[in-house]
Amino acid sequence: MGFEPVIGLEVHAQLLTASKLFCGCPAKFGGEPNTQVCPVCLGMPGTLPVLNAKAVDYAVKMALAVGCKVNEKSVFARKNYFYPDLPKGYQISQYNEPLAVAGHLDIETTAGTKRIGITRIHMEEDAGKLLHDAAGGAGYSFVDLNRAGTPLIEIVTEPDIRSPDEAVAYLKSLREILVYLGICDGNMEEGSFRCDANVSVRPAGAEKFGTRAELKNINSFKFVKDAIAYEIERQIGVNENGGLVKQETRLFDSVKGVTVSMRSKEEAHDYRYFPEPDLPPLIVDAAHVEKLKTTLPELPQAKRERFVSNYGIPAYDAGVLTSSKDLAGYYEEAVKLGAEPKTASNWVMGTVLMLLNEKGIDVKDSPVKPPAVAKIIEMVKAGVVSSTAAKEVFAEMFSTGKAPEEIVKSKGLTQLSNETDIAAMIDAVIKANPDNLAKYKSGKDKLFGFFVGEVMKAAKGKANPAVVNRILKEKLSS
Amino acid sequence: MDLTALTLHELTDKLRKKEVSSVELTNAFLKRISQVEDKVNAYVTISPDEALKAAKDADARLADGVNLTPLTGVPVSVKDIFCTKGVRTTCSSKILENFIPPFDATAVKKLKDAGAVILGKNNMDEFAMGSSTENSAFFPTKNPWALDRVPGGSSGGSAASVAAGECAASIGTDTGGSIRQPASCCGVVGMKPTYGRVSRYGMIAFASSLDQAGPITKDVLDAALMLTAIAGRDPLDATSIDSPVPDYAAGLKGGIKGLRAGIPKEYFIEGMDFEVSSAVSKAIETLKKLGAEIVPVTLPNTEYAVSVYYLVATAEASSNLARFDGVKYGLRQDGGNLIEMYKNTRDAGFGPEVKRRIMLGTYSLSAGYYDAYYKKASQVRTLIGRDFDAAFKKCDVIVTPTAPTAAFKIGEKTQDPLTMYLSDIFTISCNLAGIPGASIPCGFTKDMLPIGLQILGKRLDETTVLKTAFAYEEAAGWSKKRAQL
Repeated sequence: MGFEPVIGLEVHAQLLTASKLFCGCPAKFGGEPNTQVCPVCLGMPGTLPVLNAKAVDYAVKMALAVGCKVNEKSVFARKNYFYPDLPKGYQISQYNEPLAVAGHLDIETTAGTKRIGITRIHMEEDAGKLLHDAAGGAGYSFVDLNRAGTPLIEIVTEPDIRSPDEAVAYLKSLREILVYLGICDGNMEEGSFRCDANVSVRPAGAEKFGTRAELKNINSFKFVKDAIAYEIERQIGVNENGGLVKQETRLFDSVKGVTVSMRSKEEAHDYRYFPEPDLPPLIVDAAHVEKLKTTLPELPQAKRERFVSNYGIPAYDAGVLTSSKDLAGYYEEAVKLGAEPKTASNWVMGTVLMLLNEKGIDVKDSPVKPPAVAKIIEMVKAGVVSSTAAKEVFAEMFSTGKAPEEIVKSKGLTQLSNETDIAAMIDAVIKANPDNLAKYKSGKDKLFGFFVGEVMKAAKGKANPAVVNRILKEKLSS
Repeated sequence: MDLTALTLHELTDKLRKKEVSSVELTNAFLKRISQVEDKVNAYVTISPDEALKAAKDADARLADGVNLTPLTGVPVSVKDIFCTKGVRTTCSSKILENFIPPFDATAVKKLKDAGAVILGKNNMDEFAMGSSTENSAFFPTKNPWALDRVPGGSSGGSAASVAAGECAASIGTDTGGSIRQPASCCGVVGMKPTYGRVSRYGMIAFASSLDQAGPITKDVLDAALMLTAIAGRDPLDATSIDSPVPDYAAGLKGGIKGLRAGIPKEYFIEGMDFEVSSAVSKAIETLKKLGAEIVPVTLPNTEYAVSVYYLVATAEASSNLARFDGVKYGLRQDGGNLIEMYKNTRDAGFGPEVKRRIMLGTYSLSAGYYDAYYKKASQVRTLIGRDFDAAFKKCDVIVTPTAPTAAFKIGEKTQDPLTMYLSDIFTISCNLAGIPGASIPCGFTKDMLPIGLQILGKRLDETTVLKTAFAYEEAAGWSKKRAQL
């Protein structure tokens, strides 16, 4: 009997607001422990939360980007549990009445486009961090509350995902949108984009869902894929051996590549949610939502489609180029300056990305700007420099920041295109190789390459290949 | 002349006329405290250094004659539930016994900005949970009118300090009657404003949707002056109301001719304490003589108020008090592991009534019980609010007794929490509805124990409540009586 996996994802995305969700402390990552704190985010007695309006706007933008309905009224609720990184003993979140519901995200799968339903998006505050085994703290854990109170949105999917690859495709696409909107840096390592997965399996064709396990600690795309794949196999194994999958929370052990039980359903917390009495219901009126809608940038999918139709580049190219808003902008600027779109795409996806990746530089900090890219493409097209030499020129531009014309000149890379000069070189080569000329004339076409090579050798590689080819062909056939 | 027996506004006059300085006044109150505090125990912390410094500042301000308020230079006290920067704030709990806040509650800041001198922090029922101040983790406060009796609670220290002349006025908090019931017991004026009228920032939360700060004073004009000083929208409290603060003192005069005073039949029940009911009946007669129209009204859901209150308030409290976990501040009792540390800390830090309410609240929010308890209580709470909306279509204020009895004996009810809970039977609905309510003295029992009259008003209509109280006070004169210690 075959089994079908059913997967739902919960993503926590940290919003890029300057300050925390309920107080004025900076929300930035890092900092010496407990330096970005105040009485409110320390949970001091008598302190009260005040909602950050910017965070609401960011959350609404995300809701709109994935087609959610933004609820005019949503309600904050307290999620009660004890843990040292949670200063108030409860997390302010949203429960029964979230900010937004009923959205979707289309992903590309091997079987074509697939729509993943988004159940809800709600806002909540993050907890602090515990530092275990810190120096000088034998037997103690330290609490760093810098992160406590930073704004998060939680994005929950319908159980629409059917494979680890779909899960990864969804996450990549979701992350891309968050970054495009400029509301999240998408950094999985620093925890600003985190994922939990609910995984179950059911006999193929069955309608009823199987019992699910919630997977935690899967904070890279690879871990997501590995953890889900492992969990699917594990659950299928349990079923095939006549066992029952237990409802539980499982942690992914990335070293061993396995998931292990963390707590069972019986041990699960009763969070005792109730409406947060310190905050009035959040009202986001329709006019404000409309206003935010006008501020949305072009989203990745729309941009991809436009690149294909406007620039006539392959879908693959469009996908790579739009993987970040900055890269897409870089490419588009070069094209607008006159570079032929496919040539520009080859340059950006090839030489530019290779050099950036090699040096670990972000595209927006690239030492070579789009006008220089357009220039070098133009120089190749005009025959000023060969495409091989152009790569060398570009690398030089990258490391020195010099203009392409300057490099071509100083390195003597200017291409020889003068027909008279080239014709003279060709004559000399033909004269020096009478045997090969005879063989060529008797039908050994392949020797054409030999003659090109000899001419190029004579020209020290600087002759324009198109011109060499054309004149050589004329002379050899005469 | 005994300056400490005077009202706040009388002292303001003396300060303005330079008959006395704020430092002299502060010293007079500190002396009074040293004389009577052994008997009354109204303060958890007395802060003479801070007080005298504030008094010097106030004297400079009075000398300049600029930026003066009626509170400038006047010594007041503050319930120990309000955070005071640099001054220990305990909430009368072991768990905060050594807690020194790095910030001022907004109400405290407003008092300081107005130029008031804060003498110290008043005793209370631990975390404001109680009706007698016997639940203080440190000591019970005594009623200045009869030292073997309770001052009421939870703001018992505030009410007793005012009644004993240990301050000119005080601020307390009221979640289910904690300003009005002790005011009633101690023969002083207490006012719980509309929910959200005074910022809750820095006021240690008991039940966030019910808590409200307000004045406890010797007379109605003082209450109006204090309320004007502490009320207003606070950007640090999202539930504070964004509505201009009227000059409440200016609104007192003019009498109550034509005012419609509603009398809810549910508050005048069989078996009620005779001395209380007759004093309240006489007070209603006085209102009538002053020109008020007496209107019978009905508040049919009154009988559910205590039950609703003890579900909603304890639910919120169970969550609000979770932060006292030994991790960041306050008491910590170590344990073999994290859970043990939590348990040891909270076991040692909280008193029995606080533990009882945390358990009750935790239970009512638990999975499987939420709908039957917390949710149902919230729904009935809405109905109680609607009762008042309907009643206030027929009247301008509602008049009732503040408490079913005068002050009871210390120890009389400590063994029976349910009987203790009924002390608030007349005051709780006001908090559930979020409306303003005041208690003013309306007579004495034959044992010379004060009796309180409760006046409830429409949302944000403190002015009419105070105006009614003022007219009654002028006619009846009870507020002029002082406890003899």
